[in-house]
Amino acid sequence: MKDIKVLGTGCANCKNTVALIQQVAQARNIEITLQKVEEIKDIMGYGVMRTPGIVINGKVVHAGGVPSREKIEQWLDS
Amino acid sequence: MQSLERWPRVFLLVAALLWWGLYLALTPLSEAFVAQLPIPQNTHLSSALQFFFYDTPKVLMLLAAVVFVMGIVNSYFTPEQTRLLLAGRHEGIANVMAAGLGVLTPFCSCSAVPLFIGFVQAGVPLGVTFSFLISAPMVNEVALTLLFGMFGWKIASFYLGMGLLVAIVSGWIIGRLKMEAYLEDWVRDMPKVDPQIETSGTTLSERIAAGFQSVREIVGKIWHYIFAGIAIGASIHGYVPESLMAPIMGKEAWWSVPLAVIVGVPMYSNAAGVIPIVQALLSKGAALGTVLAFMMSVTALSLPEMVILRKVLKPRLIATFIGIVASGILFVGYAFNWIL
Repeated sequence: MKDIKVLGTGCANCKNTVALIQQVAQARNIEITLQKVEEIKDIMGYGVMRTPGIVINGKVVHAGGVPSREKIEQWLDS
Repeated sequence: MQSLERWPRVFLLVAALLWWGLYLALTPLSEAFVAQLPIPQNTHLSSALQFFFYDTPKVLMLLAAVVFVMGIVNSYFTPEQTRLLLAGRHEGIANVMAAGLGVLTPFCSCSAVPLFIGFVQAGVPLGVTFSFLISAPMVNEVALTLLFGMFGWKIASFYLGMGLLVAIVSGWIIGRLKMEAYLEDWVRDMPKVDPQIETSGTTLSERIAAGFQSVREIVGKIWHYIFAGIAIGASIHGYVPESLMAPIMGKEAWWSVPLAVIVGVPMYSNAAGVIPIVQALLSKGAALGTVLAFMMSVTALSLPEMVILRKVLKPRLIATFIGIVASGILFVGYAFNWIL
């Protein structure tokens, strides 16, 4: 099971990212845990400078902007 | 799209030629289109429609082209690279660089704080970080293209020059004031990072794809503001007396500049969202300096951004930041009204 965290202080792009990941996971029937990290201190702990950032199993895979559906599919499938 | 991957340069050339041809054809096309409409020609209505059907595609095409090119340019200037360029530099020239890079680096206002900390952590001087933080949301390609498309190159270049000036000088002053102690303690205690970057081998066709992606994202998000702005412009084109706003926001009313700045602060919008208001105010006789001061205040000083910045800065530094930037904007407003 993949543990996914979305880093962001609560802007529209961050919400869209969370929704998109949920959609993809549901459509492909992949079990994930999805968590939003909104505290700026915790976000900075991951060393990203742009939000939304995405962390999968502790590794930063993306920072800045809503990722494309294809990218999310790749992350979930791999 | 396969030709894009195989021949990215040829693809760019063909796309540019197509764009140019279409852009040149806009005037005859819009004239022909309005002539087909079942309305009397050579009236207020037909000239307003002509204006709308010419200006809307023109501004959208300009915007799409600029956002596309900037999407490609942006793929060279990530915040990580900007940080590397600025880290450890002396103030002065670095403030100028930071303000300039603020125009080129992709930036969304929700990233302001992570970016701020990321810069400070890597040893970018505080004042230089502020120059970047002020210039990035205020002076960007979208604002400049819209100003250019709707009001001409003079207003656009004034805005560019003055925006950069405010960012450079405000950042420099904040740096002089040595306010590092007014960063929140946890920010100062963050471990220093080495501003290194992984150079990923991005190909030209991937950069072009990034250009298209930013067109989809940005133009998709703001086209309705542009529609509204041009519709307002068209509907008052020749209808409403131009002096309507002059007594309140004209050059004679000295207090209109501070008022414009104060009204702008609680409004939270990107540069595109303000354009309809700017269009309406300008065409009803408001003074240019006052209107540009309003636009700068909306984009550079916003209440929600202050709330987030408060987590990183102590009240005194926030107050200094607001005070200096607001004074800079006031100066720009008065200078414009005085010169023009």
